[in-house]
Amino acid sequence: MSTSTLERPAAGGGTHRDPELSGSPALATLRRHWRAASLLGVLVVWVVAWAIFKDQYTLVIGGSARTPVFDWLGDRSAWVEQAASNGSNPFINLAGAIADLVDSVFGWLQSLFTVAHFPRPLPQIGWLGTIAVAALVAYAAAGWRTLALVVPCFLAFGVLGYWNDAVDLLIVTFFAVVVSCLVGIAIGVLMAHSRRVSAFVTPILDVMQTMPPFVYLLPMSILFGIGPAAAVMMTLIYAAPPVIRITAHGIRSVSGPVIEATDSLGQTGLQRLWNVELPMAKRTIIAGINQTMMAALSMATIAAYIDSPGLGQPVLDGLKRGQLGTSFVAGIAIVIMAVMLDRSMTAAGFRAELAARAGERGGPFRRVGLAVATVGTLVALYLSHNYIWANEFPAQPDLGTPLRNAVDRFGEWLRTDLSHLTDGIQRGFTDYGLNPIQSLFADSPWFVTAAAILAIAAVVGGRRAAVATVLCLGMILGLGLWNHAMETLTACIVATVAVVVLAVVLGVLMGRSNRVDVGLRPILDMGQTLPPFVYLVPILILFGPNRFTAMLAGVVYAAPVAIKLVADGIRAVSPNTIEAAEMAGSSTWQMITKVQLPMARSSVLLATNQGLLYVLSMVVIGGMAGAGALGFDVVTGFRQSSAVGRGLAAGITIVLIGIMLDRITTYGAQRASATSPDSRA
Amino acid sequence: MTIRTTDTQSPDIPGAPDAAAGSQPALKVEGLWKIFGAKADKIIGSGDAELSRTDLQAKTGCVAAVKDISFEVQPGEVFVIMGLSGSGKSTLVRLLNRLIEPTDGSVVINGEEITSVSSGKLRDMRRRHMAMVFQHFGLLPHRKVIDNVAYGLEVRGESKAERRRRAQEMVDLVGLSGYENSFPDQLSGGMQQRVGLARALAVDPQVLFFDEPFSALDPLIRRDMQDEIVRLHHEVGKTMVFITHDLQEAIKLGDRILIMRDGEMVQCGTAAEIVAHPADDYVRDFVSEVPKGHVLTLRYVMQPVRPSDSLEGPAMDPDTVVWKAARAALASAHPVRVVENGELIGIVDDEAILRVVVAEEEPGTETGE
Ligand SMILES: Nc1ncnc2c1ncn2[C@@H]1O[C@H](COP(=O)(O)OP(=O)(O)O)[C@@H](O)[C@H]1O
Ligand SMILES: [Mg+2]
Repeated sequence: MSTSTLERPAAGGGTHRDPELSGSPALATLRRHWRAASLLGVLVVWVVAWAIFKDQYTLVIGGSARTPVFDWLGDRSAWVEQAASNGSNPFINLAGAIADLVDSVFGWLQSLFTVAHFPRPLPQIGWLGTIAVAALVAYAAAGWRTLALVVPCFLAFGVLGYWNDAVDLLIVTFFAVVVSCLVGIAIGVLMAHSRRVSAFVTPILDVMQTMPPFVYLLPMSILFGIGPAAAVMMTLIYAAPPVIRITAHGIRSVSGPVIEATDSLGQTGLQRLWNVELPMAKRTIIAGINQTMMAALSMATIAAYIDSPGLGQPVLDGLKRGQLGTSFVAGIAIVIMAVMLDRSMTAAGFRAELAARAGERGGPFRRVGLAVATVGTLVALYLSHNYIWANEFPAQPDLGTPLRNAVDRFGEWLRTDLSHLTDGIQRGFTDYGLNPIQSLFADSPWFVTAAAILAIAAVVGGRRAAVATVLCLGMILGLGLWNHAMETLTACIVATVAVVVLAVVLGVLMGRSNRVDVGLRPILDMGQTLPPFVYLVPILILFGPNRFTAMLAGVVYAAPVAIKLVADGIRAVSPNTIEAAEMAGSSTWQMITKVQLPMARSSVLLATNQGLLYVLSMVVIGGMAGAGALGFDVVTGFRQSSAVGRGLAAGITIVLIGIMLDRITTYGAQRASATSPDSRA
Repeated sequence: MTIRTTDTQSPDIPGAPDAAAGSQPALKVEGLWKIFGAKADKIIGSGDAELSRTDLQAKTGCVAAVKDISFEVQPGEVFVIMGLSGSGKSTLVRLLNRLIEPTDGSVVINGEEITSVSSGKLRDMRRRHMAMVFQHFGLLPHRKVIDNVAYGLEVRGESKAERRRRAQEMVDLVGLSGYENSFPDQLSGGMQQRVGLARALAVDPQVLFFDEPFSALDPLIRRDMQDEIVRLHHEVGKTMVFITHDLQEAIKLGDRILIMRDGEMVQCGTAAEIVAHPADDYVRDFVSEVPKGHVLTLRYVMQPVRPSDSLEGPAMDPDTVVWKAARAALASAHPVRVVENGELIGIVDDEAILRVVVAEEEPGTETGE
């Protein structure tokens, strides 16, 4: 198909002239908008088919239905468990050995910080010592401002009543981040130096980054058992991609002339890596470590589903028992931790630069500061080790209980006095927005829906997208959870539409006004660092467990990244173009719709892509918050051993949905940028 | 200051390198080729190698950056390679220390065939026998000046005390005393290039390569740096291969100049020789702007002695630059006798001098010394 009819004169005043077009104006319009027209056509045919064949061939299966595929997957899982118990498979044995190692290191760390170390009634280092060590590290790595941030955060964990859970979460996170970064930086370095390694690793990372954290749960728990070992392994695998990618990128972009000049002095490859590449990429690598740390924190909280210790536990407990106050307070502690880690890492990145500047170890002031801090830490450790008051976090002051009660009372009030309002919103949306679309996807015969999705994929993303869609849909069909997959897909698409609308509106506002940008950006930055889990809680309190809640959480979770992408796209439109369009007398509305948005089209599509993946990961987490469908199948999978097969099938289906949506939007974005006016300048 | 004149140098015979002197050349290049692109090694020897650069690229997609270059550089000589941008200079100089792998040909430095040594040996050569100064400096931004200068010593495993001492010496030599503890981005471009120079000198190489080291600098600073090179050459007497696209710079610094176009050598010789006998229009165009009186020596303007000529004028060396000889020649009523090794080889009359000096603009602003 020809794309030439889509070409426009490089936006210069909003006039569109297609001199080549002959024939009637109606035909011309149709040809120009053939893509929109074909989408509309697909939709019409789909709706008609739905109306005629509704509720036939929908492939609905019962909640406890078994299929050969589920049984086969369940047998694999049983086989793994058996092999683990009798040690018959070297690979499983290796996994077992790793799990044992991780468990013992983890146990040792816990005995230092959070769990009684026999025969002591208390851990080796209690709260005072922990805070002192954290403060010392913060000061040494990032300066006194960070120290002033870290100490109150730690105190807040204790005052909220979750000292042990918070420290456990930090242990899981740091354990995973350290391993992830050691391995990840090494892989990144190899990728930067070898095109072959890069070609091998990149597609793996692509798939890993489209996988929602949730789907790691079940396979990891089968392989490593339930508990800290599986949590750490899952976290470190999930969190590795950013640091790998960013390290490779950082090292690749080290200035060529510097490499050449230092090579000319006869350095070895290792000398180059150590003296030139790593130092020059340091800032970038630290940014990668920061992203890895945030990803690890997300995963480590979700790992509560497989009994990982940490703040995810009270959140999950609260959700299970309907005590949302508990979840909420624990959620606040997670937010505090996320902000603390993000800020500290950013500050450490700056500091790394400064430290290189200020010479060896900084001025005398800093040296004295470090000495004092070290002595203070030693004293705190001594006290903490030997005195109960410095070991067990004091029960008073207690902010957690009043907060919890207040939230519970608020929720109670909402549910009794305001239920008509929240219920109204939720019901209205579900009945008139969600249900019809879900019915179209899930109640049409499967082949109708599949054909429609395929047609849309082909129109949006071209042949490659169509091929990916055929493969993914085929496998989804084969896995036997078609109907649930369509429900999840619907939720995902509806929520993404909301995300994109939000992103375009706010993104345009931000892109056009510095003031809005300055106001919104820090909020979005923070929003992006929070683990998905914590978004669920406040929305659950407001709207109760249902599909709407999960979708809304998805929208809120995905919005920051999407808004920022659109805003950056709008900002990237060349000032010259804007100036020219202004000279041509465009109104503000014309400027936005005819110049800025079309030129930022690939950013909008990228925002759609990211929005979809974020929404997907949230929608499945909402499985236990009433969203049902695939997320629920996964959760049931590790609750009941008879449902493991079905849970695994659901997990794979989620991954397939993710890959399919990712491919369609990625190829769509590529085509859009290949035909967008600015790329031909 | 003055334009560098050839009469301050060893009396080499213009044009041909001093091969007969028995000393080994510091650098010997033979049949050197570099073709970028897939299957580049298949092209040499086939008929395609004869194609022009554009034709070759159209036919095979490969770019012949350096085509069949040969030359020798004597110890202590400053050898300049000149050409327009894209003519293959940077590629050529990188073939000499194998920062780029040659497609064909040989490079011999210090008796070692660079093109075929093992990577370990090559590293060793780079650490001890050659060094390079780059157009964009290539300094390590996270290291202080002194540590940048010491980097070559560090990678070859010298003790910290020794490399400090040596680096300090080099910092002083290039006139950066007091800036040891600055970081590169705190220095001006000219100062950064001095760091690059000190870093190259620190390893005490026999051969120094320069790839347009002053092109990124302002004109005034460029002139300072050129003088610096002249001074350093007098002080340390290294063999230098110097790349530039600026003919003035080439004439000022170079004992001999190699002119390249589209990867090929067009002409090679002393400045005077090139100005006196440009090989083709490309070179003629290049040298048309040069003040000839500052470049040509008496050798190129003298006439054979005729019996009628007066032999009472002042005697001068054939390598004396014309404009320097002008005053004495014009003051004397008799023509200048050109004497080499006590033998009269020609005479230069007033008219010959005036033809060279007056035919061009007043060189007034460039007098001095
Ligand atoms: N890595 C490379 N790959 C392909 N072509 C190159 C490469 N490096 C240089 N060239 C080509 O070789 C020619 C000579 O380049 P260069 O040596 O940089 O010239 P100069 O230094 O004289 O400006 C140019 O046409 C350039 O495009
Ligand atoms: Mg060059």
